[in-house]
Amino acid sequence: MTFINYASREINCKIVYYGPGLCGKTTNIQWIFEQANPEKRGKLVSLATETDRTLFFDFLPLDMGTVKGFKVRFHLYTVPGQVFYDASRKLILRGCDGIIFVADSQKARMEANIESIANLATNLKENGFDIRSIPYVLQLNKRDMPSAAPVQEMERLLRFRGEPMIEAVANKGTGVIETLKASARQILMELQRA
Amino acid sequence: MAKLDLMLFEEEYKLLQEIIGRLEKDASAKVVFLVDKNGQQIAAAGDVKSIDATSLASLTAGNVAATDGLAKLIGEKEFSLLFHEGEKDNLHISIVGKRGILVVIFDQNSSLALVRLRVKKASKELQEIFDQVEQRAQKESDAGSRFESPFSEITDEDIDRLFGD
Repeated sequence: MTFINYASREINCKIVYYGPGLCGKTTNIQWIFEQANPEKRGKLVSLATETDRTLFFDFLPLDMGTVKGFKVRFHLYTVPGQVFYDASRKLILRGCDGIIFVADSQKARMEANIESIANLATNLKENGFDIRSIPYVLQLNKRDMPSAAPVQEMERLLRFRGEPMIEAVANKGTGVIETLKASARQILMELQRA
Repeated sequence: MAKLDLMLFEEEYKLLQEIIGRLEKDASAKVVFLVDKNGQQIAAAGDVKSIDATSLASLTAGNVAATDGLAKLIGEKEFSLLFHEGEKDNLHISIVGKRGILVVIFDQNSSLALVRLRVKKASKELQEIFDQVEQRAQKESDAGSRFESPFSEITDEDIDRLFGD
């Protein structure tokens, strides 16, 4: 649910990074935070445990510049990936404009990826969204791992609607901005259609 | 999109701003924020520069959402009021209608009783404006004659420009 303020000529979009535990959602946001122009980024808020596992969410506001005279601002959120934090994940999806699904390329995590997509579909539905129509991007993260599954296999298992699919190594920044850009494109195009 | 977008026009924004400006003075508060339940700031009044408003909006919405979840767990519809007491500053958070959250920050120059009293009155006024905004959106959606979106002619180049390409 986009918030368009005609008085201050601002448009705010909420993008949520989803995926199984330790797939690299927070790493994506951290990399964006480190790379972004300090004048354009807000504070990175992380509600994490002492061992740096996300407890509730990470949040990063980004000023993107203007489109058609409107200031565009993205609010990036991550969800906690661990299975037992499902109640929190559901809350964070509230009012989102687009989803970035971060899949872990390691073969051993393929089941966790599939389960997480199913969980996303359920939680989106409970928030009144449809996983088949909401702006959605698939990121294949950790492509540099020796145990990474072939891209074709991941595509067959995880890609279900011809969504943009981007290969990434988030801790080195590879594919991170491309992923965000693909999501931004979808969301802004959706506004055009609305 | 699943739900109607929140669109605020100049006159509605001015009215909201006016109400929370008045609340800030009447309640002798330091800052008053109006944010939406998804964590976006709608309006603010008072010593706004002293606080990271964007983070405040997002964390408040997270806080309200979590408390909402707790309420449902014990069979309540919602907890309409949250109060956090600090050494110097206090935070009074209340729900306005279906989509608004009113945040009042105050110190020893005010009191919880005064803040509660003033918030009650302001909430009613804010609610009326939210209702108007919703009715208008509903009407436009029903008539299929949505307000002409400023993004109707967005191009790939516009999007590339946002990313500095």
